[in-house]
This record gives sequence, structure tokens and C-alpha cells, in this order.
Amino acid sequence: MSAAYPAAQDPHHLGHGKPEDESRGHGGGGPAPVRVVVGYGFWIFLLSDFVMFSSFFASFAVLANATAAGPSGRQLFSLDSVAWETGCLLASSFACGLASLAAGARSRPWYFVAMAATFAPGAAFLILEGHEFAQLLASGDGPQRSAFLSAFFALVGCHGVHVTLGLMWLLTMMAQVFAKGFRADILRRILCFTLFWHALDIVWVGIFTVVYLTGVAR
Amino acid sequence: MTILGRLSLSAIPLNEPLPMAAGGAVLIAVVAVLAWIVLSGRLPYLWREWITSVDHKRIGVMYCVLAMLMLLRGFTDAIMMRTQQAVAFRAPGFLPPQHFDQVFSAHGTIMIFFMAMPFLIGLMNIVLPLQLGVRDVAFPTLNSVSLWLTATGALLVNLSLVVGEFARTGWLPFPPLSELRYSPGVGVDYYLWSLEIAGIGSLLTGVNFVTTILKLRAPGMTYFRMSMFCWTSLAASLLIVAAFPVLTATLAMLILDRYLGFHFFTDTGGGNVMMFMNLIWAWGHPEVYILILPPFGIYSEIVSTFSSKPLFGYRSMVMATMAICLISFMVWLHHFFTMGAGGDVNAVFGIASMIIAVPTGVKLFSWLFTMYGGKVRFGTPMLWSLGFMFTFTIGGITGVLMAVPPADFVLHNSVFLVAHFHNVIIGGVLFGAFAGYSYWFPKAIGFKLHEGLGVAAFWCWIVGFYLAFMPLYVLGLEGMTRRLQHYDVPGWHPWLLVAAGGTALILAGILCQIAQLVVSIRRREALRDATGDPWDGRSLEWSTASPPPAFNFAVLPDVHGLEAYWDVKQKARDAAQLGPEPKYRPIEMPRNSPTGFVCAFFATFLGFACIWHIWWLAIAAALGAFATFVVFAWRDRTEYLIPAEEVARIDRANRAARQAALAPAEPA
Amino acid sequence: MTEISGYEPGVDDAAPGDERLDGSGVAQGVRGYLIGLALAAALTAASFYFARSGVIWAPAIPAALTALAVAQMGVHLVFFLHITTGADNTNNVLALAFGVLIVALIIGGSVWIMANMNHNMMPTAQLMRMARS
Repeated sequence: MSAAYPAAQDPHHLGHGKPEDESRGHGGGGPAPVRVVVGYGFWIFLLSDFVMFSSFFASFAVLANATAAGPSGRQLFSLDSVAWETGCLLASSFACGLASLAAGARSRPWYFVAMAATFAPGAAFLILEGHEFAQLLASGDGPQRSAFLSAFFALVGCHGVHVTLGLMWLLTMMAQVFAKGFRADILRRILCFTLFWHALDIVWVGIFTVVYLTGVAR
Repeated sequence: MTILGRLSLSAIPLNEPLPMAAGGAVLIAVVAVLAWIVLSGRLPYLWREWITSVDHKRIGVMYCVLAMLMLLRGFTDAIMMRTQQAVAFRAPGFLPPQHFDQVFSAHGTIMIFFMAMPFLIGLMNIVLPLQLGVRDVAFPTLNSVSLWLTATGALLVNLSLVVGEFARTGWLPFPPLSELRYSPGVGVDYYLWSLEIAGIGSLLTGVNFVTTILKLRAPGMTYFRMSMFCWTSLAASLLIVAAFPVLTATLAMLILDRYLGFHFFTDTGGGNVMMFMNLIWAWGHPEVYILILPPFGIYSEIVSTFSSKPLFGYRSMVMATMAICLISFMVWLHHFFTMGAGGDVNAVFGIASMIIAVPTGVKLFSWLFTMYGGKVRFGTPMLWSLGFMFTFTIGGITGVLMAVPPADFVLHNSVFLVAHFHNVIIGGVLFGAFAGYSYWFPKAIGFKLHEGLGVAAFWCWIVGFYLAFMPLYVLGLEGMTRRLQHYDVPGWHPWLLVAAGGTALILAGILCQIAQLVVSIRRREALRDATGDPWDGRSLEWSTASPPPAFNFAVLPDVHGLEAYWDVKQKARDAAQLGPEPKYRPIEMPRNSPTGFVCAFFATFLGFACIWHIWWLAIAAALGAFATFVVFAWRDRTEYLIPAEEVARIDRANRAARQAALAPAEPA
Repeated sequence: MTEISGYEPGVDDAAPGDERLDGSGVAQGVRGYLIGLALAAALTAASFYFARSGVIWAPAIPAALTALAVAQMGVHLVFFLHITTGADNTNNVLALAFGVLIVALIIGGSVWIMANMNHNMMPTAQLMRMARS
């Protein structure tokens, strides 16, 4: 094509980005491959999810002392339970990493094993958290008790809802791989699920630090 | 608790003439249109080609149609408010207070969320992939989901007119008034669920556009070879991704307060009412920059094309755009200077608010310098742009005035503020939307709009705007607060009569625009855009046919510099000959999908059920939405093939039309 | 959309979270995840220990916990999400930096603003008495 046209005019002599830069997506190579596009799009979505969590974190930070003469974190939180929950999520994240390696190696048996190993600690996390919430509700320290408890239940609950949706997605991915194997679009969804699952563990690091550990140390 | 929650026949306001008349009229219109579509056999075409379309051009047109319909609804609210204030001097007027409150709340909500946002997102949808030189956005089906979720939000808000009531709390529902204790009805719930659903649509659009602009560009198009509209759309989309989650979270907190008795913003239990204002404006300020940045890009395109010159200071414009993007997230407290944060906090945010005016000034001067020395043509798009430059400057100046906290203490929540934000939103956002609409209508639809009626519409709008809003600046300085249902200060009355007159003139402008559309459709053959380049454009969208084929470009363009199309066109003109025919290949395009529409169908029921406490329906709708995703994920065939011969046939037709236009070689 | 031919390392940007597709093998990958797991576990244990043990001066505990949390988030990003400083990760890092900036502005800005507001605000009980009278 360049043979038919004389040297291109560049009214501002910009010529930046080095036309010989062949990288796709931001250089001269054209649109990025689909896997990169999908992964990046999901990454941007995850960042928006982080911003949403930050609003709940901000509320929690502002309302942390608004206990309305009720109990504070120091009285309510059991660090043992939190330690187990943290361990579960970390183990789950590790297993998820192994699952993505299995998908990369296109090994169905190892993929199913790893995903089951991701599901189990994730479900254990939810059970522990559900138990903690149920105990609080039973003793009258539910979200209606005070603004501090509202912020606590909303922040930790929002994370729990994300974990629940993630587990449903996990089962759907296992079903898809079972039914259709490692097709390109299913591999892209596995990539997105991996991003999501690790991001949830990153948010949990924030939660157990800010809500539980700082709350107890206060 | 009955099977229909708290919904009953008494939710329909049978004893209120205005909502019943309006609702009745809309119902008749909708039924008539649906009947015409079905009886004339157009329903299969509509379903196949539009409702299930994942084509960005079609989705963009549907967004713009939604916006224009919502403009009529929002403007009707405006007429009612202006008329009420014109007559309610020492008199009750015709709108009782509880209705007046709903009218101003609906006006703001609809204009921002269902008119301005969809209009701009629609224009970005139509133009971005074309300017980037690619075939579609990054996630076409997600694009369709976004459109239909926005439509769901609009439907719910409009439904509140005839089933139940709308919020009375203003376009942002400040607690404690918006809490259950002081607003026990369904009004605030309609607002909350409608915006939560529409907000998800907007967020997904932001993700889609950021990914498209950063990862999907034609070969050779590096960052500094993108058009200015692409840069401003990138900045706006980054702001959408950054800000809308805050809106989602904050409205969710209010929902938790109202539905489950949480204490985020209540005045008991330790709740903090002020925190709502803080969080909602942390979204609200970036939102207005989301609204103004795409129009800035539209003006850059139009001013450059209609001045027959490249845009002045491209690099500084890019820097200014990204500066505005960043700083817009650092000024939000200026919306509540009077809430009592104290001098040092107010000062920091006040200074930041003044600083953000500087990059805007850079842009304005760049547009002026673009025009200087150019051969300026005064078509309708250029008229809107010139009107913007003058009008937005005034609005911006009053904004910087209010950025000074002591001044704001006098002017906060007066009609001076109302005049300011209408000045920048109408003068900036709406004029930009209209400019973009006139500029890109031929590209999207295939024929130009009638020019005479466009000019008439412009003059009615701009004179009407000044008559409607300049009096409000005076009134604000005289102490009139906003949202007054009646008043008894004699000095205010003449100004409000003038304002009502201005509104009537704006109505004339809107009627001109409707007439323009009708006349243009009737005379479409005479107005046909044969070549695809009606304005002697400079960017890549003008290299396609009008309307472009589904695949946009037969072969993705090879971009060698800024204003890629202009270079190509100049060479063709010099040689009186198009470049050689490309090698045509088969093209795969994404299949249409009902996912977006079906998802929105369930979302509508989910929202309605949550508003009216019909829990079984809410659960069923949520399960339906989840099932829709799973069905979509189970698709095996996601694309369809366009054979090379078909691509060739379509492209050759456009090349022939362009060659014919080139035939008489232009004098040097 | 026409499927662009597959990912080319060295030419294309990396999708965030993608395994290193440079043929380094599963064993290498597992090693990376094991190191990440060990580091994260150590940082978590340290957080729990420092919060209650009294080893750290009490007012400094929030700062220490924050530092440990940030470090652990970094471990997740590097070892589990494979975010690097390479040229093929620039877009991913920039997007992350943007997200972190927004999060910092929202949390930091809100805490600062609300602390000022609360300080200047009449106590709610007193306000309610005024409203009722």
C-alpha cells in the first residue's frame, strides 16, 4: 500500500509512536488480540469494583466510632475466626493459580481438581462468615443496632456477596469446561475468573487489616 | 403482605389530572406506534436489525432516540416549573407543593441520567470505532446490555408518573429527607432502583470504551494520532469507570437504610447525614465532567472541520484533557462548602476548583486559534459551537466565582447556582450534543438534516436560553433560593416572567428541531449524502459510506499521521484519482443477540418488584437475569461471516460515488 | 470481530493475570505460586501477631498493619496476578495506578472531610433537641 502513496504528510510532524513499533493495541500493529482485549476490559471492570469497595471502606472509616452506645469491634470480633477465614481465602487463591496453570496446560483432570480445591476453602470461608453474622444477629448486634455495625455488615457483606457470586461463576466454569473443553472463549473466561478471584483476596487483605485487626487493636 | 407487596390500584393517581392526562397521552402514543409496527409487518425487521443489534452504530442511534424522547419529558417538567414560578407570586399557582417537588426532582434526574448521558454515549458509540478505524467496540454484546439497562431505568422513572409517585427530594436524594422516616412512599425507591440499574449500564459502557480506545485501534494509530474526540471520550470513560461505582455504593447504602433499617445516613443510631453528601458529590462532580468532556471533543472536531484547518495545539489539548480528567476528582467539596468543613478544607477545594478552569481555558483558546486564519464555514454544527464558546465561558466564569467559598456562602442553593449549572450544561453539554447530532446525522443515517430549520432551531434555543436563565443570575444575587413553589417578593416577578418567556422560545426551538427531522426524512433523497463526506471532513469516519456498512471498513486503514483521512483525500484530489482498490477478504462480525433486551426485561421486573416489595417477583427476575447470562455463555456460534465478494460489492459502490465526486479536478 | 492471530510475546501487551506464556513450564509456574503463598502467609501471620502481641508501640499499630497489608497486596499482584514492570505490562500498571489514585482520593478525602465536618458539627442529640423544641 505504501508503494502507491508517496511519503505520508504529517501536518504537525508528530510521527510519534515510531511507525516501526509493531506492538498491537498501542503501537503500529493494529487492534490487540482478543484475549488481551478481554483481559484488559475485565481488569478495568475490577478496578471499578475496587472503587466501589473503597466507598464502603470510606463509610466504615467514617462510622467506625459511631457505635451509638453499643458494642465496638473490640467486643465483637473473634480473631480466631478471622484467621481461619483469611487462611481459607489464601488457600483458595493459591488453588485458583494452580487451576489457571492447568488450563494453560490444557489438562482437564488437573483443572477440575484445582477448581474443586478453589471451591472448597471458598465455601468454608462463606460458612465461617455466615456463622459470624448469624451470631451477631442473634445477640442483637445486627446492622440495625448502630452505624458502625451497618458499615461493618455492608462492607464485609458486600465482599461476601462477591465471593458467593464468584463461587457460582466457578461452578459455571467447571460445567463449561466439562461440556465444551478448553475452547478459546472459555479460556478467556477462565482468565477473567482468575482475575476476579485474586482481586477478592486482595480486598480481603484490606478488610481483615482495617476492619478486624485495627478494630481490635483500637 | 399481599402477593403484590404494597402495590394496589390506589397507586394510580386517578384524582390528579396532570399525570393522568400525560400518562394517557403517552399510553395512546405508545400503543399507536406499536400497532403500526406490528400491523405493517415491521416487527421482525425491528427485532432482527435493531433490538437485538450489537452494532455500535445502531446502538448509538437508539441511545440518541432515547435521549431525544427524554428531552421532551424533561423539558415538559421545565415548562411546568417555569410557568408555576411565573404565576405563583402571592398565589398558589397550579402545581401543589408535593407535585412541584416531584417535578423538579424528575426534571433533574431525567435530564442528567436519561437525556445527557445517553445522548453523549450514543454519539460516542456511533463515532468512536469509526474514528479509531476498527469494526466495533471491544464488547459489542455488553454494549447492547448497557443500552437496554439504561432504557430500563428510563422506563421505571416514567412509570412512576402513573403508578405511584416519584421522589420529592431533588435530583440527588439528600438524607434525612430521603430516609424511610421522612419519605415513606415509593418515590425515593423508584429513583434508587432506576439509577442503580441504569448506573450499571453506564459503568459497563465506560469499561467498553476505555478498552476500545486503549486496545483496539487501526494499524499505525498510536496515541498521538487519535482524534481529539477519541481523547476526550477516553477521559470521560475513565471518569465513568472511576466515579459510577461510588454512585452505586452510595445509593446502595441508602437502599440498605430504607429497606433493612441500616444506619448509614439516619439521624439516629449514629448515622452521619453529611457523609451522603460527601460520597454522592464524589460521584457527582466527576459526573459533570463526564458530561462535558465528550462535547469538548465534538467541538474540536467541528471547529477544525468547519475552519478548514487542523486543530491548533493538539498536544496541549491532549494534556489539558487529561489534566481536567485528573483534577475533576479533586474538587467535589465545592458542592457543599456551606456544610461546615472549615476554612482550610474549603480553601483547598476552592483553589482546586479554580485551577481546573485553566485547562478549560487552554481548550477555548485553542479553538479560537484554530478558527483564526482558517476559512470558516457557518453551517449548523459550527453555529452550535460558536454559541457554546460564548455561553459556556459565561457559565464557567460564574462557576469560578462560586468556587470562592465566601462567595458561595451567599450564593449556595440560590437560583444563581441554578443559572450557573444550566449555563454550562445547556451551553456546553446540550449545545455539544446538538452540534454532534447535526454533524454526524448524515454519517449515521445517510442524509443531511435540513439546514434552514437547523439555523432557526439554533437561534430559538440560544436566545431562549439567555432569556430563561440570565434573569436567574439577577434573582440569585437578590436572594431567591432554588425550588420555590411560590414567593411573595414583588421585585422577583418580572424576572420570572421573562424566564418563562425564554422557556417558550426554547419550546419553539424544539419544535423547529422536530420539524427539521420530519422534513429531512421526507426530503431525504434531495438531502442524500452520496459520498460519505458531506462536510469535507478530516478524520477517519468520513472515509466510510453514509451509513457505513456493518463492518465499517472493508480493510482496516493504515494510519500514517494525525488527520489520516485528510492526507489520503488530498492525495486523491491532487491525482484526481482514488488510491488503488484494496485486497478484499471475508470479514467475521459478531452475531446479533437478544441478551441485552432480555436482561433488561428481567431488570425492569426486578426494579419494579423491589420498589413495591413484591419479593417473589424480585427473586424470579434475579434468577431470570442470571439464567440469561448462562444461556449467553453457552452460545457456540458467536460470529457470522461476510464473504469477500459481498465486502467488495459494498465497498466498490462507495468508491464509485467518491470517484464520481473527484472527477472534475479542483484548481490548485 | 475477526479473530486476530494469537498472542505474540514481545510484540503484544500481556493480558493482566495471564500466565507467562514464554514456555517456562508448569513447574516454574507452581514455584511462583508457592513463593507467593508463603510470603502472603508470612505477612498475614505477622499482621495478626503485631495486632495483639504488644511488641509494637500501640499508636503505631495501624501504620504497621497498613504497611503489611500493602506488602501483601503487592505479593498478590506480583505472584498471583503476574503484574510486572515490563513494557508489555505498562497499560495494566497504569490502569492499576489510576485505580489506586481514585481509591486513595475517595478514602483519604472522605476521612479528612468527614473528620472536619464531625469536629465542627453540633452533637446529634443536641441537634435533635433543638429540632423538637
